[in-house]
Order: sequence, then C-alpha cells, then structure tokens
Amino acid sequence: MLKKLRQIPLYMLAIILLIFTGLPFLIMVSASFKDQMEFMSSPWAIPEEFSFANYKLLIESDFFRFFFNSVLVSVISVVVVIILAAMASYPLARMKFKLNRPLFLLFLVGMMIPIHTTLIPIFLLTKNLGLYDTIWALPGPYIAFALPVSIVIFTQFLQDLPKELEESAKMDGCGHFRLFWRILFPLLTPAVATVAIYNFIQIWNEFVFALVLTNSEGNATLPLGLREFYGQFSVNVPGIMAALTLASLPLLLVYLVAQEKIVKGIAAGSVKG
Amino acid sequence: MQNSANKLNADDDHVYNPPKPGRLSKPKKSRKKQDFWVIIGFLAPAMVIYALYVIYSIAMTFYYSLFEWTGIDSTLVFKGLENYITLMSDGVFWTSLQNNFLLVGASLFTQLPIGLIMALLLFSPVKGMRFFRSVYFMPFLMSTVAIGILFIYIYDGNFGIINQFLGQIGLESWQRGWLGNEETAIWAVIATVCWQFAPFYMVLFRAAIVGIPEDLYEAADIDGASPRKKFIHITLPLLIPTIITSSILSIIGSLKYFDLIYVMTDGGPNNSTELMATYMYEQTFTNFNMGYGSSISFTMFIIAFIVTAFIVLFDQKRKGAN
Repeated sequence: MLKKLRQIPLYMLAIILLIFTGLPFLIMVSASFKDQMEFMSSPWAIPEEFSFANYKLLIESDFFRFFFNSVLVSVISVVVVIILAAMASYPLARMKFKLNRPLFLLFLVGMMIPIHTTLIPIFLLTKNLGLYDTIWALPGPYIAFALPVSIVIFTQFLQDLPKELEESAKMDGCGHFRLFWRILFPLLTPAVATVAIYNFIQIWNEFVFALVLTNSEGNATLPLGLREFYGQFSVNVPGIMAALTLASLPLLLVYLVAQEKIVKGIAAGSVKG
Repeated sequence: MQNSANKLNADDDHVYNPPKPGRLSKPKKSRKKQDFWVIIGFLAPAMVIYALYVIYSIAMTFYYSLFEWTGIDSTLVFKGLENYITLMSDGVFWTSLQNNFLLVGASLFTQLPIGLIMALLLFSPVKGMRFFRSVYFMPFLMSTVAIGILFIYIYDGNFGIINQFLGQIGLESWQRGWLGNEETAIWAVIATVCWQFAPFYMVLFRAAIVGIPEDLYEAADIDGASPRKKFIHITLPLLIPTIITSSILSIIGSLKYFDLIYVMTDGGPNNSTELMATYMYEQTFTNFNMGYGSSISFTMFIIAFIVTAFIVLFDQKRKGAN
C-alpha cells in the first residue's frame, strides 16, 4: 500500500507530460471532424457529430499531389544517399591513404553547417541548371546535407567489421567492387535501416529548400502545401486541422508499426552525428 | 633538384639490381595505383555532390557577401566588407542574434531536462508505460510547418484553447493574442520548440540509460542504496556524455533555427521574434538584398563554426582530464 502511495507523484508526472505532448494532437484531430459552425460555437470540445466533410474537401483538392511529390522526393533522395554514402564510406573505413582523415573530417564538418549559409548559391545554381521550380531541384541539396551523418554512421559500422572479410575475398581474387557490393554491403543492413529512417524523417519534413527552390503549387511538397492551405482557407479552421492530421498521419502510422526501429534509428543517427 | 636526382639514382639502382626480391615489388606498385582509382571511384560520387552543394556554396556565399546585388539583374557592385560593417550596426541583426542565444539557453534548460524526465519515467514502474512512451514521442514526427500552424490556433487571441482555458479558471486578465504581442511572442514560440524537441532528447537519454550495465544497479541494491542515490551516483554520471552530445545538438540546432518562427510569426511582431535565419531570408528573398543576405548567412556560418570549435575543444579537454 505504502509503495502504491509513493508512486502517486510518479503517475501524476507521467500524466502531466502525457497531456503536454498529447493534447495538441487531440485538439487537432477532434477539430478536424467538426463543421465550421460547430467550431465557432465550441472550438475545442469533442465533436458532437463526426463529419468527414473536411476530409472529402481535401481529397478533392491538391492534397494528394503534395503527398505524391513528397513521397517521390523523399524516396529518391534516401535511396541515392544510401548508395553514395555507403560507397564513400568503404575507402574511408577500410583503406589507408593520406587524405583519409582530412576527407572524413570534411564530411563531418558538414553537420554543423547552417543550411542558410548555402541557400543563395544553391538557389542560383538551381536556376542555372534549369531545375528551379521543379521537384528535381530538391534531391540535390537533400542528398548533399544527408551525406555527412550517413557517411559517419556507415564508416563507423564498416570499421567494426572483421578485417578477415577482405583478406579472404582477395584470396579468391575478388575485386574491390565485388567485395563491396557482394560481401560488405549486405552486412550493412542495420546501418542502412538507421540511415534510411533518420534521413527519411528529416527530408519528409524539410521546409527551407522546398520554399526557396520551388514556386508553383504543382511542385509543392507536403510542408509547403500545408502552408498553401493555411493561406487559402485560414477561416476554415476545421479544414486546416484535417489537412494537418492527414499530413501527419503517414509518419505516425509507420511509427506505430515500427516504433522500436524508428526510435533506435533516431538515437543512433543523432548521437553518431 | 637534389631530390629528383636521388630519386633517379634510386630508380637506377632498382633497374640494376637483380630482380629476385623485386618480383614482389612490381605488382605492389601497380596495386597501389589500382587502389588510387578504387578510392577515387568510391568517393567521387558523394564528393562531387557534397562539394557542389555545400563547399562551393559556402565559398560563393562569402563571395556574394562582398557585393551589392538584387539577384535579379546582373549588376554586381563590389563593396568590399561594407555589408559586414552595416550588419554590425544593424539593430535588427543584434535582436536576432540575441533571440538565437535566448533560444539556445531555453533549449538547454527546458528541452533537455524535460527529455531526461520523460526518459527516466520510461524506466519507472508506472503501468502502461508503452502507451505513455508512444504519445511522448509523437511531436517529433510531426512536420515543423504542421506544428507551427497548429500552435497558431492554440495561441489564437479569440478562440485559442489557451485563452479559453484561462477564461474558465477566471484569469481573463491574462488572455491575449500570444503571438501578436511583442512581449509574449518569443516565449510562445520557445514553448512550441520545446514541445517539438523534448521527445527527441527523451529518445537519446533512453538509449543511454538502456546502455548502463544492469549489475551496477544490482551492486547498489546489495549496498542498500535508495533510488535517489542510485540516480545521483550511477545514472547521472554515466549520462554525462549523452548530456554533452545533446547540448551540442541543441546549441547548433538553435543557432540555425528557422522553420517554426517563419511559419508562426515570420520574425514579427516588430522583429521581436527575428532570428538570424529569418532575417537572412527576409533580406534575401523578400527585399532582394542578395549581397546583404549573404553577409548575414556567412556570419551565421562563422558563429556556428566558432561555437562548434569551442565545444569540441572543451570536450577534448574534458576527455583528456579523465
């Protein structure tokens, strides 16, 4: 009994934090099921009647266009980052050469660089490449800024693999290329998962480059599209809440399914970064 | 000259030496050459993209910062360091720098402790912890833009939930448009940043606590240590590396912060929530002062660089002391 009593403050703290983190979500979802009249009369109460009208409105709008753009840009960027970073990590982790350490540090420094320091030249570069205001403007900078973390994760992982792998492969007359893709890369799977999860969340939610490098609504990614919605029907608060809910849903669903993996991926990605 | 002569001699020696141990050295040499191309081949693709988008861009930012330029026409007027001199006497820039450091402080003293408390709770005997944990982490997965828009409505002066709540508990006098008020806007934004990032630090701390060997606690149990003692003498000291890592992430993140402020207040009202990044964006893409904007962004780079170098040095000194 005494033990139970002692746990009361613990429960209170846990519940306060639950309200702190969870309440905004509850507000968002509940408001998204109201019509405007009901929202005006009681903005934050649980809806009396669940109306899907706002979601229907979204489905008829450009929402899925934004969604599709986001999926395309994120998937392409993450796949290319995995390939390029894994390749670059191979010589950095397993070969001796003079510039090894300096090159690794050069990538490492990339993690502290404020994106804004590169914004103007990348804006001009994108224009000169003829990519401005297309979704193809985005993978370039996304990949470039995802490389440092990814290379650090892969390099550390590769360094921990036993040296014998190469020796036996070389005995069999296996070249570097085959050695890497056939033998080392399959062993990288846990690191690939970390890199993929960490970068996907960052890129899926990225805002600044999308804001500067695209312009027309057809090329907007989800974060940009949300702002578009906000500007268009700022009076229709339940409509916006529905858009926010729908936009947040994919990551939250994936999170519910693969909670442990995602949490581990983020922890590993940031600490090593 | 002498060097090359020596080299020649060495080569001569090599030629005149009978090739019995030399048989091995020849393939070795070509192997080295081969290795060189392997290194290039594996590194080049990443290096090219990184060099183009990051290294080249930083250099160009410095270059543009020496000019007056609208970015639209092609007339670049060379100004030397004049943009930086203007910047030093630009009150808005100093406000933004101050806000950035306010954000650094607020992040360190709210996000990290809340994250740590959340992480510790995850290991407490509270029932249903899996559910708590799932909810605690959710804010971090929401896009910053979505968070910004959601909190605009939460802080709204007319129907925002905060004002409604204050009305219900009889604190009508506290009601205000939280984001429209110069005094409260920055704090409203800081609270939102905290909401977004505390879960992130929870995850980092949780990973660190899991890594603490169980037998340390068992040994402490045998000695009859209280939970509080165990926390102070085992958990906390072993969390110090994570606290340092988190602080670095938090400081660097706060110095380059942009998204949420841009969405929620756009630096207003009256520049009271301006950050270096929002000010840079405004100067560059709203006022078309590409040169001046570049000087702000290059200054951001220098500040981030100095702060990081400082932390790394400090960290190495600490490691050396241990």
